[in-house]
Amino acid sequence: MFGSIDPALLIASLMVNAVPIMLAATGELVVEKSGVLNLGVEGMMIMGAICGFAVAVVTGNPYLGFIGGALGGAALSAIFAVLTQILQTNQVATGLALTLFGLGLSSLIGQSYVGEKPPATGDVAFGPLAEIPFAGTVLFSHDWMVYVSILMVAAVWWVLRYSRTGLVLRAVGESHEAAHALGYKVTRIRMLAIFFGGALAGLGGAYVSLVRVPQWTDGITAGAGWIALAIVVFASWKPWRVMIGAYLFGGVTVLQLNLQAAGSAIPAEYLSMAPYLITILVLVIISSGRGRASLDAPASLGQNFHASR
Amino acid sequence: MDRLPRWADVALVPLISLLLAAIISALVLLFIGQSPVEAFEVMVDGALGSPYGWGYTLYYTTSFIFTGLAVTVAFHAGLFNIGGEGQAQLGGLGVALVCLSLPWPHWTLALAAATLGAALFGAAWAAVPAYLQAKRGSHIVITTIMFNYIAAALLVYLLVDVLRPQGQMDPATARFPVGAKLPTLDQIPGFNLIFQRPVPANVTLFIALAMAVVVWAILWRTRLGYQIRAFGKSEAAAKYAGINPTRIILVTMILSGALAGMMSINNVMGEAERLLQNSSEGAGFIGIAVALMGRNHPIGVVLAALLFGFLYQGGAELGLWTSIPIEMRIVVQGLVILFTGALDMMVRMFLARIFGLFRSHKLGAA
Repeated sequence: MFGSIDPALLIASLMVNAVPIMLAATGELVVEKSGVLNLGVEGMMIMGAICGFAVAVVTGNPYLGFIGGALGGAALSAIFAVLTQILQTNQVATGLALTLFGLGLSSLIGQSYVGEKPPATGDVAFGPLAEIPFAGTVLFSHDWMVYVSILMVAAVWWVLRYSRTGLVLRAVGESHEAAHALGYKVTRIRMLAIFFGGALAGLGGAYVSLVRVPQWTDGITAGAGWIALAIVVFASWKPWRVMIGAYLFGGVTVLQLNLQAAGSAIPAEYLSMAPYLITILVLVIISSGRGRASLDAPASLGQNFHASR
Repeated sequence: MDRLPRWADVALVPLISLLLAAIISALVLLFIGQSPVEAFEVMVDGALGSPYGWGYTLYYTTSFIFTGLAVTVAFHAGLFNIGGEGQAQLGGLGVALVCLSLPWPHWTLALAAATLGAALFGAAWAAVPAYLQAKRGSHIVITTIMFNYIAAALLVYLLVDVLRPQGQMDPATARFPVGAKLPTLDQIPGFNLIFQRPVPANVTLFIALAMAVVVWAILWRTRLGYQIRAFGKSEAAAKYAGINPTRIILVTMILSGALAGMMSINNVMGEAERLLQNSSEGAGFIGIAVALMGRNHPIGVVLAALLFGFLYQGGAELGLWTSIPIEMRIVVQGLVILFTGALDMMVRMFLARIFGLFRSHKLGAA
């Protein structure tokens, strides 16, 4: 069944495929760890995709493009932050509205960029390392964003686990009342977390339009934001599991395309369903112990905080 | 906080929210170098300016009433059903299977059977996430989103490999038999005086309106409705009063899914007359906006559905007759959700302050 598929190339392309969802999911993980449920990931990703694309095309510099993408995502998340944290709006409704708004606005902005080609994001030059058979193709033949995404997971893991910032962030997510009583600025911390999540989602979106596709079409992120949301749950709010989840989802997509090309007997539709089915399966398994503790979900997830005292 | 007078709460808050959404939309139009006035004229003219336009507006309205009611029912139990999209697509499958199974002699029989099929399939698709929420505590927002994607993939598979007739290229079912054709408004005596050209709005509109009444009756006039609302207000209190949470979650989501599924008799049976890929075309998501805007009350839902029907048809006209891209209607929808659903509290607080000002003036004078 795998006869005509080169495993090294397969792993290499799944790593590339997983970058957008990994970045977005890592960002959303931080947001949810702070106790906020932002369902606008898809909207922030696609804003990042068009902003990154526009900046890269105008300046001719892919690096500026990625910065533009991150800023675009963060800008949309800023709206979410102000609405939910200061004006106390419903997080689910605001997130959904933001997704719709982002999808519409991105295609409005994107009108004049259809058919343009972005500047190429070069691979990192590892020199002789890239010549190693198998490992060279798998590990040392990527553009720098692939490494950034992995570093980002590591950084988030370290910060959440070992730093004071991470501890405070988690405290806010677990019990905003207690965190507030200890004198931490719940609203400010959550807003910063939301910006960070927006920037990472934007970065992921920019990767789609600058490297993965690379051109602009409407709705280019094609549901990646929703998958990122699913991965956070799949990973039960643990950074390294986000990476595993992203590679799994990315892998299934790549495998599906490869199997189709190789003329496999498994219908493509089953494979395209797989990521979603797996998410539900994981949800069912991890929530078997009943109650939130076993889920590892931040205890204040999705609850608005208003300092009354 | 001061309480608002009832008329302000029911009419003024949504109107101001709408106005704010319109102002921001106009700013976006100005920003991309288009004329908001011209856009508004084209939209009103295209959607409401002729019986033909109304025929399309009402057709969209019908779909949105169903999905809006679906979200409303779930919301009263404190459940967020984002899966309307998938439930509607599965409902479409139910309609198609019913319509293709028999050579229907008359549309009334076909309609009754297809409505049942649509409701059953939609309800079944909603029952799984409901069960997982009730029994396993799996977050229903996430599971229903996943079920949307699974439904889409399932339908692609069924349409490509199973239901597609031999020799047909596009992934769709065969055409439904003539006996399953629903009369459109231009074919109904009385209405045909107004609608002289063929329009897509059909008898399903009346079923949608009837369903709004049914939902109202269930929620506010039955024991079940009381239990649903009590559960939504406070799960702990409902449990203490002997209400079974598992049962309420399951029953509510089954009702919700059935309503979302029934949307398909409008678009699949009434309009396309065969099952196509992505038949629901985002109406499931619009349902969330409709329910938010309609304040989760059937009357509000019907009015909000009409508004969104207007936005949909007007937006399509914009795409046809002006250089404003059709995507503008997605921006406007996003803004309407933002202002009517999410920013509701802000408008309310603002109004409460103004009303409070008036009251203190009166007190000062006396």
